[in-house]
Amino acid sequence: MADIVLRVSGVNKRFGGLQALSDVGIEITRGEIYGLIGPNGAGKTTFFNVITGLYSPDSGAFELDGKPYSPTEVHRVAQAGIARTFQNIRLFPDMTALENVMVGRHVRTHATALGAILRTRRTIEEERGIKARSLELLEYVGIRKYADFQARTLSYGDQRRLEIARALATEPKLLALDEPAAGMNATEKIALRGLLEAISRDRITILLIEHDVKLVMGLCDRVTVLDYGKMIAVGAPAEVQSNAAVIEAYLGGGHKAVATKAA
Amino acid sequence: MGSLLPRLSQSRSAVWIATALIGIVLILLPFAFGMLGNAWVRALAFACLYVMLALGLNIVVGFAGLLDLGYIAFYAVGAYMYALLASPHLTSTFPWIAQMFPNGLHNSIWLVIPLGAGLAALFGIVLGAPVLKLRGDYLAIVTLGFGEIIRIFLNNLNAPVNITNGPQGITLIDPISFGNVSLAKTQHFLGITFPSVHLYYYLFLVLTLITIVICVRLQDSRLGRAWMAIREDEIAAKAMGINVRNVKLLAFSLGATFGGVSGAMFSAFQGFVSPESFTLNESIIVLAMVVLGGLGHIPGVVLGAVLLAIFPEVLRHTVTPVQTFLFGHVVIDAEVLRMMLYGLAMVLIMLYRPKGLWPAPEHGVNPSSRAAPRGA
Repeated sequence: MADIVLRVSGVNKRFGGLQALSDVGIEITRGEIYGLIGPNGAGKTTFFNVITGLYSPDSGAFELDGKPYSPTEVHRVAQAGIARTFQNIRLFPDMTALENVMVGRHVRTHATALGAILRTRRTIEEERGIKARSLELLEYVGIRKYADFQARTLSYGDQRRLEIARALATEPKLLALDEPAAGMNATEKIALRGLLEAISRDRITILLIEHDVKLVMGLCDRVTVLDYGKMIAVGAPAEVQSNAAVIEAYLGGGHKAVATKAA
Repeated sequence: MGSLLPRLSQSRSAVWIATALIGIVLILLPFAFGMLGNAWVRALAFACLYVMLALGLNIVVGFAGLLDLGYIAFYAVGAYMYALLASPHLTSTFPWIAQMFPNGLHNSIWLVIPLGAGLAALFGIVLGAPVLKLRGDYLAIVTLGFGEIIRIFLNNLNAPVNITNGPQGITLIDPISFGNVSLAKTQHFLGITFPSVHLYYYLFLVLTLITIVICVRLQDSRLGRAWMAIREDEIAAKAMGINVRNVKLLAFSLGATFGGVSGAMFSAFQGFVSPESFTLNESIIVLAMVVLGGLGHIPGVVLGAVLLAIFPEVLRHTVTPVQTFLFGHVVIDAEVLRMMLYGLAMVLIMLYRPKGLWPAPEHGVNPSSRAAPRGA
């Protein structure tokens, strides 16, 4: 029996007259890199936002690590163990890189206001642990030297890394990345790929939404393809690539008088 | 803050010497100011109260980024709480209270401070709960309304049951005393004479220092980081598992706490409170202290509060003599001039120092100098 980290099924989401998601589901096995792809407007980010609690679904069943969770409050989803990044990076711009990652430790630490005011031994020790772990994570993603830099002063690629480090700080069971390669140049993409492979080697499960088909095909163990809010294919990248429905979604069908759709 | 720590530890002894010097200056300050007249020491004591207020407001506005225009309401809550618990007002209005306390209502400072803090914190939650979803301008309007509601209540709760004595306010409030030592009387220690204002100044100074320590500790804690995360990006903060509702309520209630304690001290110091002391104008002045000094930066906020608290006193003592000296008579009244200068100062600050007089230090602002990052 496969070790399923995330099992989601029967998700429907309607925005007014638009059925953004119809009966979408996903099953992610522990340790794999799972891709979610599809043309523009296919509902990838909507699905992603539903899983992470940002949008509330009209229906659907959600289970993380064998336990059902309800994606109604964003912070509870993070507590349950899904950490996410955002398509347009959302860091805490005026806080330093280190402080950004330390915020990620919030959900796994317990110091109260009173503990902080009295500076109890437990608080001091916890704080020391938070800092040490955060520095480790900065080292891990390769931006340890910018620990004291304000997040907004980092380069685009480093901001992406910082966002990933911050997400890792929450000790996620599932790391969900929304288009991490968006806006990156070729060199940065190669570096990002290396980082994601390293994270995956450390047995952290990754859900990846990506536009860059090449990156997804090379990196993911399995993918789901969405089009107009419906799942049109699930499987290994190579299988999916030769699937007729997928080709039609990306390139336009022969019977349609539509020009080639950019992937 | 991060890069400041290693530098501090390198020069520990220098820090101790600086702290000792500042301590001595703060202790001797009332004697120096006292030579000019006790009004100046009084201004110093008020400066301490304003520093507490500004630091409390800084938690809400500076740390958590929630614009609060009704902060003075918590000051009012603290002031009236002490006034009611330590004046003949309640016992003379309600015979049953007089029966319960045949010697009149008098309360120890050890009860008043925690009670003032607790009551104000409760009001902080009462204000915070309905405004959790509001941001920016909308939040400002609602908090402004809250501040006015409290003041209007205080103004009108003299009928049908006289609780606050309405616009006349409450008089004959007990001064603060430690055992037999009343702060309202001149005291002699070690052959030195301490007038009443000096004693109050020292008490307020101690409370201010405690406030500063608490604020610094909160800022550098898990909670402080959560506040700042909410200020910077609420959605990202939620996605990191921060319970935004609870953390915001904590900001409101902890911020209110300092307002409440400060209010109780104000009421004991004055011996009299009335709703007039808690107008919108006061809220705005406290906010101006926070913004002028440096939003979210504790030393800046302290500086802003001290400057704006002492400044009117300076004007009061200089404007009239200078004008009589120059023109032979008073051309502009000190009060008018004060508002003009406030306006001018605000415009100049917005133009030249939009982040305040003493803003939080920037880290690694220049990306081109990355070759030698400071943190490595």
